Amino acid sequence: MSDVAASVKKIVVEHLGVDEAKVVDSASFIDDLGADSLDTVELVMAFEEEFGVEIPDDAAEKILTVKDAISFIEESSK
Amino acid sequence: MFRLDGKSALVTGASGGIGNAIAKALHAQGAEVVLSGTREEALQALAGELGARAHVVTANLGDAESIATLAKTAEDIADGGIDILINNAGVTRDGLMMRMKDEDWEAVMNVNLMSGFRLSRALMRGMMKRRWGRVIGISSIVGATGNPGQANYAASKAGMVGFTKSLAQEVANRGITANVVAPGFIKTAMTDALDEAQHEKLLAAVPAGRLGTPEDIAASVVYLASEEAAYVTGATIHVNGGMAML
Repeated sequence: MSDVAASVKKIVVEHLGVDEAKVVDSASFIDDLGADSLDTVELVMAFEEEFGVEIPDDAAEKILTVKDAISFIEESSK
Repeated sequence: MFRLDGKSALVTGASGGIGNAIAKALHAQGAEVVLSGTREEALQALAGELGARAHVVTANLGDAESIATLAKTAEDIADGGIDILINNAGVTRDGLMMRMKDEDWEAVMNVNLMSGFRLSRALMRGMMKRRWGRVIGISSIVGATGNPGQANYAASKAGMVGFTKSLAQEVANRGITANVVAPGFIKTAMTDALDEAQHEKLLAAVPAGRLGTPEDIAASVVYLASEEAAYVTGATIHVNGGMAML
């Protein structure tokens, strides 16, 4: 697992208080991990801070799964 | 009770009578206060009077960029971020609806309603992270009752209530409350200018038999800002001497 993937998963576990085993790449924040819409806003804020990237609103709307988040951050920090 | 030690507050319209009293009251409870307004001299005088824990930031609340700068500056000044936002700034551009110009409508909406939304949005991030926040809007009795000649002002003050109730529902489980205080007739420079007969007429509508004071409003704000009011959210407290019981 890449550093980014590990950090993303750690943030998700901390913020949503879910079991680490559930935080797989394909997991949807809302459908699988029990996040509400405000949780997803907070996750995006946490990603922005952890990785020093800016995630615009239109991009944030497309980050639905753990994989989406990892991909976006890896792309934008290249 | 109602102590605010360690909390930071941003008060807009702090150069006005009600804003001034709110800033003083929050400060007296131990809060650090950032005073925003358009009249720098009045703000500096207030800051001087308060001494420590008081800062001045001038801003034009009709302008998005100026608001963004205000939010950022206020958060920088208050090291831990702004915990308490008082959307108090307000302007009037009175006139009969039939003769009201678009500019009169827009100017009032921008300052009275949109600035509160913009500031709340800018400061919500920090409140969410800290799991603690207070957003308090200063509305008006006319937002609930309407008032001839004030279609724009009344709409902006009623809009504040809908805005606040929505925000309150969105962030309630993050330890953030959003409430409104709606003043009735408050003793200001404007009511001081009325003659005896006008004064009498005004008071006839108020069961309490007197005008409200800025301090009457500030006391409700202190309560809503306090830890003790944590379970009060989406509420409107009418402070009007019984003039309208809503």
